[in-house]
Amino acid sequence: MNSPRTYQTPAIVIKKTKLGEADRILTLYSPTLGKIQGVAKAVRKPKSKLSGHLEMLTYSQVTLVRGKNIDTIIGSQTLNAFLAVKNDLSLLSCALYMAEIVSQFTPAETEDSRIFELLLHSIEQLSQADDINRLLRYFELHLLHQAGYRPELGKCVLCGKAPMTGINSFAPSAGGILCPSCQRLGRHYGYSISWDGLGIMHFLQDGGWESVNVTPIDTTVLNEVERILRSYIRHLLEKDIKSAAWLDSIRHDSAILRLAD
Amino acid sequence: MDKTSPLAADAVNRLIQEFSKLPGVGPKSAQRITYYLLRASTEQTQALADALVSLRQKTQLCTCCYNIADGDKCYICRNPQRNSSQVLIVEQPQDILALEHMGIYKGHYHVLHGAISPTEGVGGGDIRIKELLDRLSAGGISEVIIGTNPTLEGDTTAMYIKRLITPLGLRVTRLARGLPFGSELEYADDVTLSRAIEGRQEF
Repeated sequence: MNSPRTYQTPAIVIKKTKLGEADRILTLYSPTLGKIQGVAKAVRKPKSKLSGHLEMLTYSQVTLVRGKNIDTIIGSQTLNAFLAVKNDLSLLSCALYMAEIVSQFTPAETEDSRIFELLLHSIEQLSQADDINRLLRYFELHLLHQAGYRPELGKCVLCGKAPMTGINSFAPSAGGILCPSCQRLGRHYGYSISWDGLGIMHFLQDGGWESVNVTPIDTTVLNEVERILRSYIRHLLEKDIKSAAWLDSIRHDSAILRLAD
Repeated sequence: MDKTSPLAADAVNRLIQEFSKLPGVGPKSAQRITYYLLRASTEQTQALADALVSLRQKTQLCTCCYNIADGDKCYICRNPQRNSSQVLIVEQPQDILALEHMGIYKGHYHVLHGAISPTEGVGGGDIRIKELLDRLSAGGISEVIIGTNPTLEGDTTAMYIKRLITPLGLRVTRLARGLPFGSELEYADDVTLSRAIEGRQEF
């Protein structure tokens, strides 16, 4: 049976690129269709009815009509504009980072409602979470899991033995933990990971957000986990995440301003 | 796709290729313009060629506001009638044209030449924010109006600039956001409506 000419789906706008004089190509993440693209006509003109409903990081009910090469977005109604996130520079930067890595890790038109739920839930939680860095690490680990790149933390990826108490290594190219003796073989480049860091990563990977959100976690350990995940993600994508550099600069500026106060 | 044709002269093909690099001009339009110019008067083609050459040779960025200028300073920065204590920050020189067309604003401008876009890798150092801060620190300015686009990038830029200039103790305002003239309320989005309610005025 032919698919109908127009279709509707709820979706979050995760990427936009300019097209021609006033159009945009939007990348949307839908719970039922996965990552899809659509052309939004004339949304860069001030009187566009759709533009406000199709801005980045807006959760909307979108209507599309099938086209030869690319579908066209003909209708959009906001479900959640995430105003609290968009009015705060740090939260907004985190949400853009989430959108960018979802866009990078997901194949086109492959349904995965769990990734959608993770993204929606994480953007919603941004304005409520006490510690947004913890939320970002939770998001990264769960996205890696859903995308099929779940890092192996329970046992050494080479010999299968449980990690030793103390310092182990995390090898991006091996996709997980190396015990000290396998690390010495030198087959993979590994970043040393503390026992606490490994424990926290495990906890973030397997825990639900409700328990992760309320458990005390040391900031230094969380920073260690951030460095490791950053290099793992860079290894998988074979490039830097652009919005991560921006996140760093925002944090750097905040630290300077706090010192100046 | 190769737009050149072995049947046309080299000079013709070259111009067609150059035209088709322009925004909004496809290979067919490029061809039409080129053949029109072949038939046009010498004065007209010469005028076009002169205009193109002087576009690059006779313009530069204003040393004060980074608008496009004929000389060292643009016509706005040169005008002594204008209020130099107000600075309106815009993303691109074309925005100044739109604001000047309205004719109400009498202060100065600052052109950023872009907006921060984290997902495209454009950060604070890639647009003229440092120049803005230098200008503001030099003194003589009491109000900064942020006129970046009402898009996510424009808002990011606005919040970032606000954060950087707050320590200077200047008055910082942002262009109001509300319902566009001639539009209908039922099509308005949440962001616009919330700003329209927050920014409502005595009537």
